[in-house]
Amino acid sequence: MNSLPPISRRAFVIGAAALGGGLSLGFALPARAQTAPVLSKDGIPEINAWVVIKPDDTVVIRMARSEMGQGTITGLAQLVVEELHCDWAKVTTEYPTPGQSVARKRIWGDFSTGGSRGIRASHEYVRMGGATARTMLIQAAANGWGVPASECVAAKSVITHKPSGRTTSYGKVALDAAKLPVPEGVKLKDPKEWTIIGKPMKRLDTADKVNGKKIYGADLKLPGMLTATIKDCPVTGGKLKSFDAAKVMGLKGVKKVVPVGETAVAVLADTFWRAKTALDALPIVWDEGENAKVSSAAIADWLKAGLDAPEAFVGNANGDAKAALAGAAKKVEAVYAYPYLNHAPMEPMNATALYTPDKCEVWVPTQNGEASFAAAVAASGLPADKVEVYKIDLGGGFGRRGGFQDYVSQAVLIAKQMPGTPVKLLWTREEDMQHGRYHPIMQCKLVGAFDAQNNLTGLHMRLSGQSILASVFPQNLDKGKDNLTFQGLWPAGDFAIGYTIPNLLIDHSMRNPHILPGFWRGVNINQNCIFLECFLDELAQAAGQDPLDFRRKLMGNHPKHRAVLDAVAERIGWGKPAAKGVHRGLAQMKAFGSYVAAAAEISVEDGGKAIRVHRIVAATDPLYAVNPAQIERQVSGSFVYGLSALFYQECTVKDGRIEQANFDSFNSMRIAQMPKVESIVMPSGGTEPWGGVGEPTICVAAPAVLNAYFAATGRRIRTFPLKNHGIAMA
Amino acid sequence: MARLTINGKTHDIDVEPDTPLLWAIRDHIGLTGTKYGCGIGECGSCTVHIDGQAVRSCSVPVGAALGKAITTIEGLAVNGVLHKLQQAWIQHDVPQCGYCQSGMLMALAALVAKTPRPTDAEIDKAITNICRCGTFQQVRDAVHNATRA
Repeated sequence: MNSLPPISRRAFVIGAAALGGGLSLGFALPARAQTAPVLSKDGIPEINAWVVIKPDDTVVIRMARSEMGQGTITGLAQLVVEELHCDWAKVTTEYPTPGQSVARKRIWGDFSTGGSRGIRASHEYVRMGGATARTMLIQAAANGWGVPASECVAAKSVITHKPSGRTTSYGKVALDAAKLPVPEGVKLKDPKEWTIIGKPMKRLDTADKVNGKKIYGADLKLPGMLTATIKDCPVTGGKLKSFDAAKVMGLKGVKKVVPVGETAVAVLADTFWRAKTALDALPIVWDEGENAKVSSAAIADWLKAGLDAPEAFVGNANGDAKAALAGAAKKVEAVYAYPYLNHAPMEPMNATALYTPDKCEVWVPTQNGEASFAAAVAASGLPADKVEVYKIDLGGGFGRRGGFQDYVSQAVLIAKQMPGTPVKLLWTREEDMQHGRYHPIMQCKLVGAFDAQNNLTGLHMRLSGQSILASVFPQNLDKGKDNLTFQGLWPAGDFAIGYTIPNLLIDHSMRNPHILPGFWRGVNINQNCIFLECFLDELAQAAGQDPLDFRRKLMGNHPKHRAVLDAVAERIGWGKPAAKGVHRGLAQMKAFGSYVAAAAEISVEDGGKAIRVHRIVAATDPLYAVNPAQIERQVSGSFVYGLSALFYQECTVKDGRIEQANFDSFNSMRIAQMPKVESIVMPSGGTEPWGGVGEPTICVAAPAVLNAYFAATGRRIRTFPLKNHGIAMA
Repeated sequence: MARLTINGKTHDIDVEPDTPLLWAIRDHIGLTGTKYGCGIGECGSCTVHIDGQAVRSCSVPVGAALGKAITTIEGLAVNGVLHKLQQAWIQHDVPQCGYCQSGMLMALAALVAKTPRPTDAEIDKAITNICRCGTFQQVRDAVHNATRA
């Protein structure tokens, strides 16, 4: 690392501004003027920022995105290797640190691993990294032989001079290649030539996940380390008033009790259990503040008032929806509501920090290394060149560990009070459940208009509820409007609605309670897909039409949306009789650039009080599918995440605080309830931006099942989770 | 002091007898493959074997494990040979984030020790571990492939 240039203050300011703005900066591989190669961590010269090749031909591919189970590291490596022409069996990966990246003008681009963007937003420049490295390696071999590079080819890390048949390996020419100038104008392969992209390559990171060897953030051990655990004020907006450390300082293993900022207190001990035992015994007085008066009922009333409020931000509109409703021969109206949800990754929040007056180092499972870095810089008070963050693979993220780095700030603030001693801050599950960044709460009133011939003539969809951006990235609001609230409902783009509806109005009355909102896997498509896709079923029913036929008539201008819907309808056998007692439902949406659809087969038991989900057919068109095996895993897993929420999950507010504390009150489905998921991966190619796969499918899980439940029972459920209606998951 | 026998090795550790076995394993002995997920016996990430039975180590005090044979994920392989479920997990790319998989594997290893070819219904009854990534479909396929071969 001492071979890297020092971090300039200016470079950090650029990085921090980009983070604060939530932007992902486009960038090009900078031409390297100097000929001295940049060395990797173990002193091996890098070919470029993405590729290091060791003398034994081992290829180290560096990736800025974070692995949290979604398989992004394997997919990104496939993209590099496709162009690099190296031996897949010799590929390993590593993370550059955010400090290195800042020092090199963000050469690895955006670290943010959310929004299903790991692959879709970096495929071009990582492929270029591979292609550029291959060109340099071939050139180095050609130079050594004194032949034109155009006479040489590379395959599986071996370079061959075609006319003479001479060969050499990447490892042998890597040092020479690293000294070459970076070539310009390297061309990427045509997708038709791909041999690794699109293949179901095995993951690169499985072995240590089955034998206990893999170290997660919660497992980290440093010499002399203490473990801390923390209690933040249970009411957001409240403060820490006082605590009585003397009551617990005599307990075994307890080393220190410290305030953390203005709102929290932590106990440091030699082990987690001793820290937790002492924290539980610590007398703490909170100043809970005004928010302690807020309850779920008050929030619900406030959102309900927004359903008819005169002012609202318009997210999508054409024609004159209000006139169409006024002149309708028939109107259909429904109100839906979606609750707060906690991400609940299996690994509770944690970060480890070592602070001295000259240096602050942080080890953290993070979806965004640069955001962790910015938090560490701010909390440490040190200049950026004295701060470093080391990323650790995550035990689940789901959006909790990206834009929000509260645990990093806390760990650094604690470590500052224990200079020279590494401190691992590990939250309890209870702290995690009660200090989340919750899926925003939302209500929705939908009114559809029909003419006398049962043609849909208008739709007004009024959202009322919480904005994520207003809380998290207010600078990204569009004149006050949060465009993310309308995900899946946009007129065009990555979140385009799949229907052409004459006289459409979709608007949002923004109401922001004190509960902190966040990006929960899928984000706002989760509720929007239920609202839209269940209501379309209601409209189809009102019009006396088949739900598939009714949708398809509105999808003439949306062929890719329709194609995934058709694919699941055909595979599930829509229009043909289902097995006795089995009922079907459909849903589709475009999100994060991908087109997704689901068809569900369910039966009901116990007089409608239990739903058994037998079978799901799910289609995904991400335009380009880098690793279909990993896409299938993301898709089947999406139904666990989505159906757990539908059946079991909500976070409720009482006296200003979240009531749920652990998995006993915030349940998650088990293997017994897992339906058979048949995944159809149907990349359609083309020139639109690639789609992501980590999130889109979550949103179609719930409406497909809800529409099937209506087909089975004639009953529409419009508030969630289903447990509140006495409906269990069989 | 407490004497624990883990993966065939004896450890004398300075731990209070009411400490959950999970934390003795992780913090006193240093085997971190056994994970903390909930602390209340709901999620199963901390599953280990005590005398061959799958138990949630967050809910067993150290005092109750004295003199018993404890096996953790680090001891599931025998003489360096992976358990057939571990092999199947690799072959089928079962783990996503992997955090819950130690507990998942230990729970299933205890099941297949008693029920060598478990049916879907037997898996469903015995396995109540939480996986938030949602690997259940791959877990089921891998168990069947490993046990029906």
